[in-house]
Amino acid sequence: MQSIELTSAARALGLLADPAQGHAPVALGSRPPEALVAMLRSMMLIRAAENGIAELVRTGEARCPCHLAAGQEACAVGVAAALDTPRDKSFGAHRSHGHYLAVGGDLDALLAEVLGKETGCSHGMGGSMHLVSPEHGLLGTVPIVGATIPIATGAALAARLDGSGGVSVSFFGDGATEEGVFHESMNLAATMALPVLFVCENNLFSSHLHISLRQPDWSTARYAEAHKVAWEVVDGNDVVAVADAAERAVARGRAGHGPTFLELVTYRWYGHVGPRDDQDVGVKRDGELPLWKRRDPIRRLEEALVASGALEPGDVASLRQAVDADVERAVELARRAPYPQADATAKYLYTGGTR
Amino acid sequence: MKEETLSLSYGTAVREGFAYLLREHPEVFVIGQGLWSPWYVGNSMTELDREFGRERVIDTPVSELACTGAALGAALAGRRPIVVHPRVDFMLLAVDQIVTQAAKWSSMFGRAGAAPVVFRGIVNRGGEQGAQHSQSLHSWFAHVPGLRVVMPASVADARDLLVSATLCDDPVLYIDDRWLYEREADIPAIPDVDAIHRGPRIVRAGTDVTLVGAGYASYLAEQAADELAALGISAEVVDLRTINPLEMDVVVASVERTGRLVAVDGDWTVCGLAGEIVAAVVERLPLGAMVAKPRRVTLQDAPAPTSRPLEARYYPTVEKVVAAVRASVGLGVALA
Repeated sequence: MQSIELTSAARALGLLADPAQGHAPVALGSRPPEALVAMLRSMMLIRAAENGIAELVRTGEARCPCHLAAGQEACAVGVAAALDTPRDKSFGAHRSHGHYLAVGGDLDALLAEVLGKETGCSHGMGGSMHLVSPEHGLLGTVPIVGATIPIATGAALAARLDGSGGVSVSFFGDGATEEGVFHESMNLAATMALPVLFVCENNLFSSHLHISLRQPDWSTARYAEAHKVAWEVVDGNDVVAVADAAERAVARGRAGHGPTFLELVTYRWYGHVGPRDDQDVGVKRDGELPLWKRRDPIRRLEEALVASGALEPGDVASLRQAVDADVERAVELARRAPYPQADATAKYLYTGGTR
Repeated sequence: MKEETLSLSYGTAVREGFAYLLREHPEVFVIGQGLWSPWYVGNSMTELDREFGRERVIDTPVSELACTGAALGAALAGRRPIVVHPRVDFMLLAVDQIVTQAAKWSSMFGRAGAAPVVFRGIVNRGGEQGAQHSQSLHSWFAHVPGLRVVMPASVADARDLLVSATLCDDPVLYIDDRWLYEREADIPAIPDVDAIHRGPRIVRAGTDVTLVGAGYASYLAEQAADELAALGISAEVVDLRTINPLEMDVVVASVERTGRLVAVDGDWTVCGLAGEIVAAVVERLPLGAMVAKPRRVTLQDAPAPTSRPLEARYYPTVEKVVAAVRASVGLGVALA
C-alpha cells in the first residue's frame, strides 16, 4: 500500500496524517443504536446533498461558489450531536452545507438558497456561502476566512451574560488558523473562560495549498497549547470519536471551564470550490485522494453498525435511497421556487426597527 | 411647567447615555480597551465599571478585531453591545467585522438575523499627536450600505444618538469627537430614544448661505454663523447628525432658500462627505437655483502633521469657514 512520507512536521498528527491508515470500521462505544443510526443518516444526507449540488454546478443551474464538504461529514455531524439547539449557537464558514444540515437546517431551504430562490434559508440573498438557521442555533456562515471565530466567541460571552448555560461553536478550517483573529479570539476566550468550541477541520488544504507549504507543522493544536486552551486532536472521519470529544468540550464549557480547541483531521473529496477534484489547479492529490476515500466516515460507521447487528445491509441501502430521494425532491422544489422580488436588494438593508 | 433638564458637558452626556442604557436595558453591555482606566476616553465613561460591574463594562486584551467580532456575536445571540474604540485609528484593525460582517448581516441572510451592535469610534486629534492618532475617516464608513453612521455635535445628541443607536436593531457606528467634550448645554432629562431616525436638524436659521456639517464640523459651522452675524451675513446651519443613510431633504430645501452652500468637514476632501453633500445638492436643485458655486472646507489632503505651526494650518477652523462664506457671498456684494 502506498503511504505518504511522514515528515517530522506531519508526525505531529501521528497516524491521522497517513491516509493509508484508519480505514477500519469505527468503534461504536456506548451510544444507543438509534443515536448512531441518526448520525449515519445525517452524514448520508450531507453526502447526498453535496453530490446533488455538485451536479447542479456541473449543469450550470447553481452559479454561486459552492464549496463541498463530501468526505468531512463526520466533523459536522459529530459536533452537532453534542449540541443542545437552539440554546447552543453555531457559526460556519465557506464550506458549511454540512454544518447547516447537521444542526437540523431544512434541506429544501438549502437547495433553494443555492439556486438563489426566495424560499432559501436566507431568502435567496446569500447563496451557498451564507446559510442561516436560527431555529437550530446556526446564526450564520460566511466565507471571510476566520470571521466567525470572534463572532462565536461573542455568542459565548452572551451565553455567559444570559446565564443560559449555552455554548457556541465556530467551525473553520486549517487555513483560518493563519489569520490573526483566530489567535486574538483564542486569547480572549481563554482569558475570559468563555464557553466556546473552536472546531478546526484540518483537511490539510487551504484552497490549493497544502498545509506543509503554509505552516511549519501539520497540526494546528499547538496554537491551543500556546493560548492555554484545552485541546484534542481527533480522527475527523470517525463520527463517534468526534461526538465524544465534542461532548467533553461542551461539558467543559457548560461547567464554566472555558473554551476547547478541537482539531478534527479530515480530507475533502472535491476540490476547494466546485464539483471537480482539484487535479486541474496544480494540486497533486491523485496519490492521496483514493486512500482518503478509503477512510470514508460514512462507510466506516455503516460497517460498524452492520457488524454490531444494529443494521442489516438492506437497512443501509434503504437509508441511502431515502436521503437520495429527499435531495431529489428538494432540487425539484428549488427549481420551481420563485426568485426574490426586485425590491429585495434594498428591502433587507436595514431592519428600521428600534427596540 | 418647565421641562426637567440636566446641565451637562458633551463628555458627561456620553456617560449619561451609557448609564441610561446600562440601567434601563439589562441586555446592554460595553466592551473595549481602557474601560477600567480613568483616562482612555476622557470623562465620557468615568467609573461606569464600578457602578454597573465589570461583567457588563469589560476591559479587554489589545485585540480590536476579536473584541469587535465578539460584540457582533453577542448581538446576534440577543445582547445589545457597545464596543468602544478610544481612537478611530485603532478601530481600523477591526474593519472586517464592521464593514464586511455586521453591515452585511441583515442583507446577506435576508434579515434572518439582526445585528444590534454599536461601534463607538472616538476622534482624538490635535496636540501634536500626528498621523496615526488623528483620523476620522467617517466618509469611508458612510460609504457602506447597511452601516448606520452617526456623528453627534450637540450635547443632547452625544447622549441621545448613543442611546438610540444602541436601541436600534441595525449596526451603528457612533463617532464622537474629543474636541467637543467641553461643550455644555442644558438638555432634557429624558433621552430621545428615536434620535437616530430624526434626520438632519437646522441648528441656526439664516437666509444668505447654508452651512452643512456633522460632528465637530457642525460645531465649527455654528460658531462661524455667530461671527458671520456680526458681519451682517445670515447663515443657516444644518447639522447632519446621521451621515448614513444620508438624508438630504433638509439641506436641499435650505440651499434652495439661501442660494449658497458651504460644506464643512473634518475629513479629507477626495471622495469625502463634503463632496457628497455638494453633489447631492447640485443634482437635486434646478440649474440656476444657486447664486454662487458651492464650496468645501475640509482637511488638507495629507496625513496630520505633528509640528505646531503645521498642525495649526492643517485643521478646519472657524476662520476658514468664515473665509469660505465671505468668498461665497462675494466681497462688497450687497446681501438681500
